[in-house]
Amino acid sequence: MEKELFKYDNVTTRNFLVATIIWGVIAFLVGVTAAIQLFYPDLNLDLPWLTFGRLRALHTNGAIFAFVGNAIFAGVYHSMQRLLKTRMASDLLSNIHFWGWQLIIVSAVITLPLGITSSKEYAELEWPIDIAITLVWVVFGINMFWTILKRRERHLYVAIWFYIATFVTVAVLHIVNNLELPVSMTKSYSIFAGVQDALVQWWYGHNAVAFFLTTPVLGLMYYFLPKAAERPVYSYRLSIIHFWALIFIYIWAGPHHLLYTALPDWAQSLGTVFSIMLIFPSWGGMINGLLTLRGAWDRVRDSAVLKFFVVAVSAYGMATLEGPLLSLKNLNAIAHYTDWIPAHVHIGTLGWNGFLIFGMIYWLLPRLYQTSLYSEKLANWHFFIGTLGIIFWALPMYVSGFTQSMMWKQFNPDGTLLYHNFLDTVTQIIPMYILRAIGGTLYLTGAILLVVNVWRTVKSGTLLREEEASAMPLAPKYQKEKGEYWHRWIERRPVTLLLWSTVVILIGGAVEIIPTLKIDSNVPKLEAVKPYTPLELAGRDLYIREGCNACHSQMIRPFRSETKRYGEYSKAGEFVYDHPFLWGSKRTGPDLHRLGGKYGDLWHYNHMMDPTRTSPGSIMPRYPWLLTNELDFEILPKKLSAMQTLGVPYTDDEVETAKELALAQATRISDGLNQEENVETLPSDEIIALIAYLQRLGTDINPNK
Amino acid sequence: MGIIYLLLFFSLIIAAAFLWAFLWSNSDGQFDDVEGPAMRMLRDEKSPKSSTNS
Ligand code: HEC
Repeated sequence: MEKELFKYDNVTTRNFLVATIIWGVIAFLVGVTAAIQLFYPDLNLDLPWLTFGRLRALHTNGAIFAFVGNAIFAGVYHSMQRLLKTRMASDLLSNIHFWGWQLIIVSAVITLPLGITSSKEYAELEWPIDIAITLVWVVFGINMFWTILKRRERHLYVAIWFYIATFVTVAVLHIVNNLELPVSMTKSYSIFAGVQDALVQWWYGHNAVAFFLTTPVLGLMYYFLPKAAERPVYSYRLSIIHFWALIFIYIWAGPHHLLYTALPDWAQSLGTVFSIMLIFPSWGGMINGLLTLRGAWDRVRDSAVLKFFVVAVSAYGMATLEGPLLSLKNLNAIAHYTDWIPAHVHIGTLGWNGFLIFGMIYWLLPRLYQTSLYSEKLANWHFFIGTLGIIFWALPMYVSGFTQSMMWKQFNPDGTLLYHNFLDTVTQIIPMYILRAIGGTLYLTGAILLVVNVWRTVKSGTLLREEEASAMPLAPKYQKEKGEYWHRWIERRPVTLLLWSTVVILIGGAVEIIPTLKIDSNVPKLEAVKPYTPLELAGRDLYIREGCNACHSQMIRPFRSETKRYGEYSKAGEFVYDHPFLWGSKRTGPDLHRLGGKYGDLWHYNHMMDPTRTSPGSIMPRYPWLLTNELDFEILPKKLSAMQTLGVPYTDDEVETAKELALAQATRISDGLNQEENVETLPSDEIIALIAYLQRLGTDINPNK
Repeated sequence: MGIIYLLLFFSLIIAAAFLWAFLWSNSDGQFDDVEGPAMRMLRDEKSPKSSTNS
């Protein structure tokens, strides 16, 4: 047999790398803007699309899917060709994948600031974009598996396994969590409600971290770290164990996001146990990565790339130790809803993902451009400023998370809350928010040094678009026998089979199980709990549009410190009509689940116009446009009818007269407000619907509050 | 909590798919050599023509 000549495609890799850098800088910039708004809300210039609730979604989606996403694809397209000794199967699919993904990001950049969101964290994009994501993901999958099938290297290097796991799992997660019923092109309702929706969301949320931010990046680590160190991975055997142990354990840990909620105890315990078990494969992987550099530490001193990798792998170890610890109920009771969680997340994203990606860019780009890096010194500066940025980001947030949590739980000797005004616990940690924004700015500064370095490097070289390579063809393992049955043919293609059988079983399972879930018989029905009125529903959708759930939870845990502050703890049965659930995950402001009746309508009117009028020193944004925007009444029958389809017991009559019902309720609230001095409202003002919703919150089972 | 069973179901499917992948790769001999692949991935064979650049 003779060696075959072929060419690697470097253009797609280059494209993804450039996209990584551009979107990365944008995502960091949006993050810094949001961070500054938490101590200087005026930075939003009273522009709706610049307010915190909307920016936060843009920042998280940008960091995860645009920055890390493009970097993963760049690394996959580069490493897979070389590991499998073949060109990617189809240039056309590569191009569709690249441009499709950028188009999705652009549509996210447009829709999220407009308030077009499903409200589910890291899955905020509305249904047309969800479908586009599915299609592009399938294109990526076909391209990948096709390439695997035409490989010239029999052995699948461990990185490839990490990529395969990523593809399969993310596909399932994305589809299940985004099952939603469209109301219009820009609005849909999750088919799940309340507790169920929360569970699906955090099953997704946890595994998105596992299979989008961890496994593919581990694949990159197992390729680029040995390459950059020019020595084999410390233990290939350990890397294989790392992979299989990780994917078998990860998928069960999701419930640790819902400790102390209405989730059954056994499921919570399952989440905790598997989370603890995750320490072992994760640390195995970290140790494997670090020991790969054994005997090469002198080179780490000189090489910015290796320095980035060392910090990245160490951050992986820190985050994967902290995560399981946060799954312990007693620690979770302290850390949940506080800044501790963003701190944990940013060790993972800024440290593990970001630094691994920066290292990869510095190593890969000069090679693609057949030149050397413009300035190693500048890269070292990036490393130091970036590291400082991570420290300034995370440390203040640990302090602030712990401080605020302790303040929430402080009692006076007479049994009243020491800090009964929530705002006092916010103003206390403002200095930490300032430090955090400095940390973010440092990290962004580092990334700008990267841009300069990359720009100069690219200018000094020329892109090797088609890289020539050679390899022996793969000896055919099986000879086709005459009269062979089709299933024998299939059996020889285990990967194809694996994929199709997964797809078939998933569709089958979904078709069977989902209809039975519409109203869950096992969630205790509370007689008093009634569906939202049409106006309240409209108000709820405004709450979603503005992203209030980015700062406010609606889930009171059964702790004395919480029931004292907010009222009766939240029951599963109260959320049965909540499509989607709005429990939130972070209390930058107080919990709102028992808000109804706490204040008068006028208080809310003033507070929404300018929070500092009622709460001096508040960091909540102003929402003046709610006072002037006109509510869309026309769409209400459609919304109610969609809810009806999902099992919310609206009568046909209510659906038909939704507009009139809403208008009548709005007129009552508006008239009431207009009695006050200097208040001039119309029933059609958006603020009226929002007030209707806020006054309804948590009142079903708590009428006397 | 019917939803738990749905998620358990999906999770089990994924786990089963991976178990299968594991058994396949084991029987295919993917794990027979746990030294070679780590060394091999370090070598990028250029085509004979372009073997000048390192
Ligand atoms: C940047 C984070 C942030 C966002 C976004 C935000 N809030 Fe707030 N909210 C706060 C903070 C902090 C407080 C406590 C101080 C105050 O009363 O203003 C608060 C207080 C409140 C209160 C008073 C609760 C109580 O029990 O005293 C209500 C009601 C409220 N917010 C509603 C909303 C609504 C509705 C939205 C969306 C339109 C929203 N918030 C968006 C941070 C936020």
